[in-house]
Amino acid sequence: MNRVVFLTLLSHWRRRPFQFLTLIVGLALATALLSGVQAINAEARKSYAQAADVLGGHSTIVERSNSPISEATFAKLRRSGWLVSPIIEGWITGDRGRVRILGIDPLTMPPGSTADDSIAKIDISDFLGAQGTLLAAPNTAARLTAHTDRIRIVDGMVPGTILADISAAKQLLNSNGYTRLTLSPDQPLRRPRLADIAPSLQVQAPEAATDLSRLTDSFHLNLTAFGLLSFVVGLFIVNGAVGLAFEQRRQTFRTLRTVGVGAKRLILILITELLLFALLAGVLGILLGYGIAAALLPDVAATLRGLYGASVEGALTLSPVWWLSGLVIAVVGTGLAAATSLFKVARLSPLATGQHRAWARASALTMFKQLLAGIACLVTAAGFWGFGQGLVAGFVLLGGLLLGAALLLPTILSIALKLAQKRARGPVSQWFWADTQHQLPSLSLAMMALLLALAANIGVSTMVGSFRLTFAAYLDQRLVSELYVTLEDEADVPAFLGFVEPRVDAVLPIWQTDGDVLGAPADIYGVVDHSSYRQNWPVLEASPEVWDTLAVGDGALINEQLARRENMALGDELPMPGGWKTHVVGIYSDYGNPIGQVILPIGVLTDRYPDVDRSDFGLRLAAAGVDPLRAALIEEFGLPPDNMIDQASLKAFSLSVFERTFAVTGALNILTLGVAGVAILTSLLTLAAMRLPQVAPVWAIGVPRRILSRIELARAVVLAALTFVFALPVGLALAWVLLSVINVEAFGWKLPMHTFPLDLILLFLLSLFAAGLAALGPSRQLANRPPSDLIQVFAHER
Amino acid sequence: MLLSVKNLTKRFDDLTVFENISLSLSAQEAVALTGESGSGKSTLLHTIAGLEPPDAGEVLVDDLNIADLNDDGRARLRRESIGIVFQQFNLIPSLSVAQNLSFQARLSAHTAIETDALAEMLGLADQLSKFPEQLSGGQQQRVAIGRAVANGPKLVLADEPTGNLDEDSSDMVFDLLLSMARESGAGLLVVTHSERLAARADRRIHLSHGRLTL
Repeated sequence: MNRVVFLTLLSHWRRRPFQFLTLIVGLALATALLSGVQAINAEARKSYAQAADVLGGHSTIVERSNSPISEATFAKLRRSGWLVSPIIEGWITGDRGRVRILGIDPLTMPPGSTADDSIAKIDISDFLGAQGTLLAAPNTAARLTAHTDRIRIVDGMVPGTILADISAAKQLLNSNGYTRLTLSPDQPLRRPRLADIAPSLQVQAPEAATDLSRLTDSFHLNLTAFGLLSFVVGLFIVNGAVGLAFEQRRQTFRTLRTVGVGAKRLILILITELLLFALLAGVLGILLGYGIAAALLPDVAATLRGLYGASVEGALTLSPVWWLSGLVIAVVGTGLAAATSLFKVARLSPLATGQHRAWARASALTMFKQLLAGIACLVTAAGFWGFGQGLVAGFVLLGGLLLGAALLLPTILSIALKLAQKRARGPVSQWFWADTQHQLPSLSLAMMALLLALAANIGVSTMVGSFRLTFAAYLDQRLVSELYVTLEDEADVPAFLGFVEPRVDAVLPIWQTDGDVLGAPADIYGVVDHSSYRQNWPVLEASPEVWDTLAVGDGALINEQLARRENMALGDELPMPGGWKTHVVGIYSDYGNPIGQVILPIGVLTDRYPDVDRSDFGLRLAAAGVDPLRAALIEEFGLPPDNMIDQASLKAFSLSVFERTFAVTGALNILTLGVAGVAILTSLLTLAAMRLPQVAPVWAIGVPRRILSRIELARAVVLAALTFVFALPVGLALAWVLLSVINVEAFGWKLPMHTFPLDLILLFLLSLFAAGLAALGPSRQLANRPPSDLIQVFAHER
Repeated sequence: MLLSVKNLTKRFDDLTVFENISLSLSAQEAVALTGESGSGKSTLLHTIAGLEPPDAGEVLVDDLNIADLNDDGRARLRRESIGIVFQQFNLIPSLSVAQNLSFQARLSAHTAIETDALAEMLGLADQLSKFPEQLSGGQQQRVAIGRAVANGPKLVLADEPTGNLDEDSSDMVFDLLLSMARESGAGLLVVTHSERLAARADRRIHLSHGRLTL
């Protein structure tokens, strides 16, 4: 019996292969985009875990204040019996991006780390010492322009990390202490308590040892949000296709129930049918998702490297867990999309009418329910905006806004169409508006998908455009020097200064160190008193005479992200690495940098951190003098050309990092719009067959097919236009949320919002074009439909 | 002659539905077309309306040969000169009764239709603001008849207009159709299964095995 019922239900799809294709394509696309994003995230997280595993995943000891651990404290611990090994960790930034330096002491390292395996591949005596060999993976080695003679390429090394002996790392990073101490798992039983030897230290669990995972969480959350958005848009297609199929089979369900198929059995067989489809679409979606992930991964890897110094391998691995999660996504998606339809079938009485009228009433009720749900979503979003905190609250606000707007759309379209119908005078235009209104329940899901895609597109492109404008202006302010020079050896500094000072307007040292400020890694710079800073530095908020204060060696400037993260204001005390304190005299914008930054008067920097890296300088001079000076420096100091970069190249590099950062977002944006286009196309194509009973009488009365086909085309375009009009405020609200809530929570900076009317007009035209293109097929189909097809509508009456 | 059908033949692939059929209909005349199920009555009606192209022969409505018209021309002929009533009513579900009644007339630019008076004649005066789904079958068919005659067509073609109605409703609708057609001066060709109803027409013709018998 089950087989007969199952085959009966399947016969629907045999007769409607296109509808079947719609269902499978919708589900596969929904699965593909989400599982693709999941694959990228998983790959990146695997790389972070690999990076953490270099040290064998042991617990570590750190300073509570996150300042470096002194050599004296380390020695004290060792002498008292604690089996600890020192670690120095930091980043060096070259022309080709950031590279992580990991300094270890191989003689005291606890066994079981992947670092051991790497060192085992070379002679350990070469590795030891301040001038020892540096180990790196091939891609990482290629990113270094300095110390290339000491690099040894080792396969299997964590990408983006250079492994060095502790003393070599100390020199490379100008560090005067240890970042942390690795704790051997086998500690002597009778050793003194840590609190008694060094009360400022604490033991940290291994998973908290890496900063990468925390730093990149926001980026991955953004990707996941986009994946989920595409997933929801895909589910709209599936919901439409399943809902339509259930509606078309209402008569069959009723007949099956009448001839003795119980409701429970019918539901179970329908679930089996859906499960089969979900598994089929899931497999297709996973394969498609793999393709998407493989295509996007290089850009993601470049972004993570450029922005966070995190290295992610450019190749994807297909794990069984990923396959399984892809199938689960497909099955859960199908369940979500089909839940309402299954619920309707469960409640269907064998005597219930299968007529259109009942469906129309149900649709009106559905629209009312959607309206209430939409209002609930918007109220929730408003609640999270008013009272929520953190990135998750930001995403709830964003999700509530988008979903609420999508659910309100059918009601808003219905009101707009009713108004248009009231104003319409001619019979055809009256029919056009009334019939469009009548079709709304069938088309609203596709329009909701279009609204989501358009709003996301408007929101994200406004955000990216605003960011680009702000970032370009910010680079103009920040990169004031005409030439940036990195010396090979700090011993050359006096000779260098003696050489350049007569030839340039000003020499601006860019001396820097890094350390933990208020519990997180930060860069610490020094600044001289010069008009270049006074006139250009992108200060957001500052005490009066801020530059005069710094000039006399007082106070510090901090970047916006550090100020927001620690909720700091002007005048607040700022604890610095090394245990001393200063106070905040200004806050400046520092876009594109994920970590905190502090600017001290240069004298204070060199006094407090004598080992600061002094090899970088910015030179102010006339633009025409840049090339001759560069040539002179090469000749005089033998500087490699890569050690000098002019302002224009640096700006171009920074902008290219920026563009790559948003390349993935842009790609996902276009994919989501594409999925919405598929939603409209499939809805229209599916409806085309169902439309005949409504169109045929109008044709029989005397409206030619040519006109009817134009009307069908116009309908899609009008609906898309109305949807765009509603998507516009939603998209701009979304942009505001992204700029003022999500960005602040995720990256720590707030951006001014700019609108781009030309882009919006282009998107409007694009959406009309996409809707027109989607409707063109069904419209032409109608224009060329043989009269016999239309006659069939009347012939079927018998 | 209002309608003149000469040597009309219609085939679907190998199946000949009718062959060399000729008939004529004058203004204000009501002709009932009867025949077995599947005998081709509806196809004949559709061919006369220009909805279906003939394989041979010609159809002249008011001396206008349908074969000489293109798709737009045939649509215009239907719009302005022919009223069609279907078994399933085929009202436009998204328009109100008033809008459905005046729809075809307004399409053919007869804008000054007295919808209220028409509705009064059809017994639908209190239903004008309702939508088709809110009416009974008999009421819907009355709207369909009203729509077909509202613009004063020369020819009314009705395809089993009472096929979905009970006996009482059938009588009422058929009488209404005859009277409305006569009052508007149109010729009426009505397909019906019912001998009883066919007897009320001015003339009967029977279609069987692809041939007409008078």
